[in-house]
Amino acid sequence: MDTAKQAIKIRGLNKWYDDFHALKDIDLAVAHGERVVICGPSGSGKSTLIRCVNSLETHNTGTIIVDGIEMKDEVSINEILSEVGMVFQQFNLFPHLTILQNLTLGPIKARGMTKAAAEERAMKYLERVRIPDQAHKRPAELSGGQQQRVAIARSLCMEPKIMLFDEPTSALDPEMISEVLDVIIDLAESGMTMICVTHEMGFARKAADRMVFMDQGEIIETGTPEEFFSAPKTKRCQTFLNQILQH
Amino acid sequence: MRWTTCLAVAAAILLTGCSGAGNWGWYVIDPSTPAGYTNIQFLLSGFGATILVSVIAAILSMTLGLIVALPGMSQNRWLRLPSRIYVEFVRAIPLLPMLFWVFYGLPVVLKSIGINVSIDAFWGAVITLAISDSAFTAEIYRSGIQSIAKGQREAARTIGLSYGQTMRYVILPQAIKRILPPLANQFIYIVKMSAFASVIGMQELTRRANELVVTEYRPLEIYTLLIFEYLVLVLVISFFVRWLERKMGADESR
Ligand SMILES: Nc1ncnc2c1ncn2[C@@H]1O[C@H](COP(=O)(O)OP(=O)(O)O)[C@@H](O)[C@H]1O
Ligand SMILES: [Mg+2]
Repeated sequence: MDTAKQAIKIRGLNKWYDDFHALKDIDLAVAHGERVVICGPSGSGKSTLIRCVNSLETHNTGTIIVDGIEMKDEVSINEILSEVGMVFQQFNLFPHLTILQNLTLGPIKARGMTKAAAEERAMKYLERVRIPDQAHKRPAELSGGQQQRVAIARSLCMEPKIMLFDEPTSALDPEMISEVLDVIIDLAESGMTMICVTHEMGFARKAADRMVFMDQGEIIETGTPEEFFSAPKTKRCQTFLNQILQH
Repeated sequence: MRWTTCLAVAAAILLTGCSGAGNWGWYVIDPSTPAGYTNIQFLLSGFGATILVSVIAAILSMTLGLIVALPGMSQNRWLRLPSRIYVEFVRAIPLLPMLFWVFYGLPVVLKSIGINVSIDAFWGAVITLAISDSAFTAEIYRSGIQSIAKGQREAARTIGLSYGQTMRYVILPQAIKRILPPLANQFIYIVKMSAFASVIGMQELTRRANELVVTEYRPLEIYTLLIFEYLVLVLVISFFVRWLERKMGADESR
């Protein structure tokens, strides 16, 4: 696959927290429009990996190229940040702002859009995540599922080319998981490039082009969902799948 | 509760003082006599200077504290280091030596680098109080800002906000509720410490009391009044702090 076609290209990535080797020689390429699901036991480095992609964590060795831009200095990092959206497990909405203000803050302050244009865009994405009627409430007045959908809309307002999701449904009550996954599937079907860390295997089967399994800071196995679920190649991956599919 | 205690103490002192025995001489500050009236006017007119020096020092301290606190929270240890050193250093210096150094020493230092300014008692006190207090305000900012979850800063970064924008639109509006009440409380410290300005000759409450004691030989009565002057000032401020704490607390739970 030639580099120009790739949305994300990671080569030889290593990351240490002091003495702890959190990411070990990670190689991963994601094509434009591809949907990758990362899974693996807790503490295996999934969050650290996707947080390296938008420089929320610094890496020690290796290269990260996002949409042809190599991450090296402040300038390239800012360019990369403007192409990558991120949704967190804990939503991280701004509690002192209304939903609408949460969505328009980035477009107005970081992109210099007018308030009117930013609000129009915000409403468009609130429709898309199916909560336009909540625009003037504050985050604390919304359910967890609604808050996470607002967080997705907030990212979309920056019109990123790539979306990263770090366990977007892990902090949700079970009955709210599907309303958030439906929004993400919708987004996947619209052709958005995405990396999603999740243990929702039903969702992975439906939305993923490729599965990546990590353990102890390494990528152990990658494959299409069919291969991955029906015939995992490694013992570690089999054990992991047995554990989570039992529930 | 506090008020009634104060009044009771005040009443007790006044009664023992007025009742005969003759050791007390409230006449020095008895406003019904012309001399007493002049004296009390002389003492009370120190309020203006005490309040002015405290307010200006507090504003400078709040500004300086923020300038010190921000790099103190950086990921970069070389940015963090000067801020830590400043806080530790300034906190360690007693106010009075620092006041002497600023008043007598600083003009010499400035002159040697070609800046020819004289520092009068007022500005000497303002500078000293501001620097001394800024170590504490810096810590107040730091703990307030760090109490805002890391996720807020990360979310701001992912929507493209710069460091300054993140502070201004995301972190400070949330942190302000945890910063303002202790900052206002810190103002009490400044008001009390401003009494030291008397030793370099600034005409504030304490200096005026001292001067009157020298001419009237009535230290007990005059210093009693002085204490009540500070008490009133501090009680007014702490009343305001309570109000602020309640208001911010109510906001928090909204
Ligand atoms: N800031 C940090 N400092 C030290 N160790 C960390 C830090 N963040 C994560 N780790 C460690 O790195 C490992 C991988 O963490 P993480 O990427 O969060 O795993 P996952 O998302 O797969 O559960 C864990 O063992 C975790 O304890
Ligand atoms: Mg994680």
